[in-house]
Amino acid sequence: MADSHDISKHIKLYVGVFLALLVGTVITVGMYYVHFNSLAMTVGVALLIASIKSFLVAGYFMHLTAEKKTIYVILGITVVFFIGMMGLCIWSMLDTPAPKGV
Amino acid sequence: MQPTKHATHHDHAHSHAHSHGGDHHHEELGFWQKYIFSTDHKVIGIQYALTSLIFLLFGFFLVALMRWQLAYPGKAIPFGGAFLAKLLGPEMVGTEVSGKVGVIMPDLYNSFGAMHGTIMVFLAIVPLAFGAFGNFVTPLQIGAPDMAFPRLNMASYWVYFLGGVGMFCSFFVPGGAAKSGWTSYSPLATVTDAAWDFNGQTMWLIGMVLLITSSLLGAVNFITTIIQLRTKGMSWMRMPFFVWAQFVTAFILLLAFPPLEAAGVMQLMDNVFDTSFFLPTGLVVGGKTMDVSGGGSPLLWQHLFWFLGHPEVYVLILPAMGIISEIISNNTRRPLWGYKTLVYSALTVGFISFIVWAHHMYLTGMGTKISTFFQTTTMMISIPSVFILTCLFITLWGGSIRFNTPMLFAIAFLPMFGIGGLTGLPLGFNASDIYLHDTYYVIAHFHYVVAPGTIFGLLAGIYYWFPKATGRFMSEFWGKVHFVFSLIFMNAIFAPMFLQGMAGMSRRMYDGGATYSLEKAPDVIGALSATVIKYNISITHAALGLGLAQIPFIINFFWSIKFGKKVTSDNPWDATTLEWATPTPPPHGNFIGEPAAYRGPYEYSVPGSSSDFLPQFKSDRA
Amino acid sequence: MDIPYTSKPRPDTGLYNAKVGIWLFLASEVMLFGALFSSYILLRMGADKWPGGMLNIPIGTFNTAVLITSSITVLMAWVSLKMHNFAKFKLYMGITILCALGFVGIKSIEYKDKFTHYQVWLNDKDKTTYTGHIEGNPWFLSHKKMDAKKMDHIMFTSDAAHGAAAGGHSGHGAAMKIERKDIARLSAYVPAHSTYFAIYFTLTALHALHVIGGASVLAYFWGPGSTMWKTDPERFTNRIEVGGLFWHFVDLVWIFLFPVLYLL
Repeated sequence: MADSHDISKHIKLYVGVFLALLVGTVITVGMYYVHFNSLAMTVGVALLIASIKSFLVAGYFMHLTAEKKTIYVILGITVVFFIGMMGLCIWSMLDTPAPKGV
Repeated sequence: MQPTKHATHHDHAHSHAHSHGGDHHHEELGFWQKYIFSTDHKVIGIQYALTSLIFLLFGFFLVALMRWQLAYPGKAIPFGGAFLAKLLGPEMVGTEVSGKVGVIMPDLYNSFGAMHGTIMVFLAIVPLAFGAFGNFVTPLQIGAPDMAFPRLNMASYWVYFLGGVGMFCSFFVPGGAAKSGWTSYSPLATVTDAAWDFNGQTMWLIGMVLLITSSLLGAVNFITTIIQLRTKGMSWMRMPFFVWAQFVTAFILLLAFPPLEAAGVMQLMDNVFDTSFFLPTGLVVGGKTMDVSGGGSPLLWQHLFWFLGHPEVYVLILPAMGIISEIISNNTRRPLWGYKTLVYSALTVGFISFIVWAHHMYLTGMGTKISTFFQTTTMMISIPSVFILTCLFITLWGGSIRFNTPMLFAIAFLPMFGIGGLTGLPLGFNASDIYLHDTYYVIAHFHYVVAPGTIFGLLAGIYYWFPKATGRFMSEFWGKVHFVFSLIFMNAIFAPMFLQGMAGMSRRMYDGGATYSLEKAPDVIGALSATVIKYNISITHAALGLGLAQIPFIINFFWSIKFGKKVTSDNPWDATTLEWATPTPPPHGNFIGEPAAYRGPYEYSVPGSSSDFLPQFKSDRA
Repeated sequence: MDIPYTSKPRPDTGLYNAKVGIWLFLASEVMLFGALFSSYILLRMGADKWPGGMLNIPIGTFNTAVLITSSITVLMAWVSLKMHNFAKFKLYMGITILCALGFVGIKSIEYKDKFTHYQVWLNDKDKTTYTGHIEGNPWFLSHKKMDAKKMDHIMFTSDAAHGAAAGGHSGHGAAMKIERKDIARLSAYVPAHSTYFAIYFTLTALHALHVIGGASVLAYFWGPGSTMWKTDPERFTNRIEVGGLFWHFVDLVWIFLFPVLYLL
């Protein structure tokens, strides 16, 4: 159990993450007004910023950077199935003889 | 030493056991807290068992009525037809008005079909295999005093109970129960009974949300318990295979159910709030274009449903494999052959089960590349399943086999599951599935796996652990009667269905294939022969026989609680796993003192040992 | 009878039970929202046209900031307990709950705006469509409801700006009388309007239910549940940690929901 001295060092980190999240939000909205040429870029940038923000929340607010192996295994398996579900569903729509997937 | 409350449901004697060092003082719990709203995993396990067995019987009753209609189309239900007509109304059961008193109408047939599947899978088998056996046995086998979250455990039972009540009541709402198959495909599920928002399908969806929630709570509990509450010396590779099976099952439930919950919410939105998640543009119903926004995808429902639907079948089979593994090892007096293989196969099966689902969707027009992907993973998943079966077969080799009732069921499981599994192969191949999809072949395949497969495993478990829960044996004679007739009739029911399916008989047809018979449609290529149609009669008779064969079991079960032969020790089967170290029946907190695992779980016939078994819980020094 | 490792971590895993439990539950929530996001993708890929600019971005941005703020405050509530400062815990947890209420309040206003904002399609040969408001600002009016209530017309004030976005002629901003007989379809921006709004409402409503559920649990810990601080401070601190983990997850979902629904 961390004692109060260690914890107070972490407070600076948490506030820093909080500010980074706010900045990230502003950037995300700002990107909305920038028109990219391709859909891939638009989606990619939006998801990249969201991913960075979520990494900050998960990594620092949720202490995932300092978590135990058990939790990593649980989350790792979940991520694999999440990607499998999303990826295979999207592939099934794309790999269809009919013109519009559905 | 403090007197400790314990919550067994069968006898009221108190046992004095040391608590695990807590400084709570244990008051005598009232009736409601001890037997109804109990947080003890054993009481909850028994609650799950009794409720699920009642639903198992009810689900059987539904299909028995369907089988009557299939064998004798248009004939009134004997003994109860008029009563059912009064109970369910003239759209469901014929009355004098239609001149068909007591005949099941097509809508009721479809309702029975949908509800039989739903009830058997979600209200009977999963609660029995996972909720009942998992709850009762798992903490005992790992040496834990209870589940990690006892109150969550209680909540998960009562949410299941509510879901079950909702499903049962759905027969009595306007329009009757859901009638779009247990698979509930859109758009049929949305356009059926659309005159009422709160119809049977809506209740089915609400019921499913409750049942899924119950399973999720249970899954969290099981996994946490197995990770955190293994006792001293109980390392991962010393756990009984039963616990590994429950562990994988819990993970499957945890991660595969939520997409179906999401889909259920979306279909609920379609049904009640007129959205079009699963309704395509331009859908015409009854000659009119449906007045909805359109733009949805029926395939989306199928993807989300089967994302759960396929892992679900491994939820159905894994606990049964776990149960019979315990019984086979115990009754051959041999360790399980290939323990590591069994464990890794169970983990692999669980993992691969998440990426095979679209083999249920081969006929939806998917492209060849993705169909090939799913065909490949489907073939892959058969490998670990075969490994598990092979290890269990080899365990029998050279064993000193005791042919008691649990062992008979366990041994019969092996070839029956073998048939079920092998007949799945033509379904897993894209090309052959084109012919077999939605025929009786599919029905035969999955019933072989679940009925003489899983259910035999669960029955074996009941006979095996009954003495631990009650302190008495069930009657061996009537157990063997139950076994022999169940085995014969199950095969008599489902084996001919392979032939019907290969002849092209479609499933879910109210008239048993008569429309496509040679008699009624002689010019149709591939019309069903009279032999194939006549199987309906023999199958129905066999179903009746199967129902009758359960009567000795039901009587045996309840009679033995009070009058069965008493056990003479806490370990009447001379078993090695930790549940046999507790008093009989186990008190609240399970063990006297703190248990420990000193060796592996299947130390039978160890060379040089004085006895033919070395229990896991017996210290070396004792 | 005591369940081991409810507060003290188990040596080999380094975890206490509730932490394992909450991460398992969050894993299942990842699959739940993942399925809905997958549905969003599939519905959008399969759609001929997918509306944009239908949601108020400044409000959404503000709500995002509210939720992010609540994330740091719930964390500081836990930190305060770790530093044995119960008063600060009460303060930070109180702010968290207020932020949650604020988020739900703002969401409700957004919803109400949609429920009173309409699109009407006429059955002329051009299939003219207008977006705007109806006199009296009714909720959930539709052509079916007009028939049920035997309404023969509506007084419609179209939005000049939105008219173009909806693909029809832009309106003039003045109230016009539209006869029932000319209406092919009338719908507010409700789930039934289009798959866009169906998935928008489903995703945000499910998220909001999680906000409400989470806030209720946190409010319980702030109020009656906080007596555990006196009897078992370590276990209480763990409860706040576990509650905070759920709360951060709710924030995480919104971090993806906001750009996907409002910006893309």
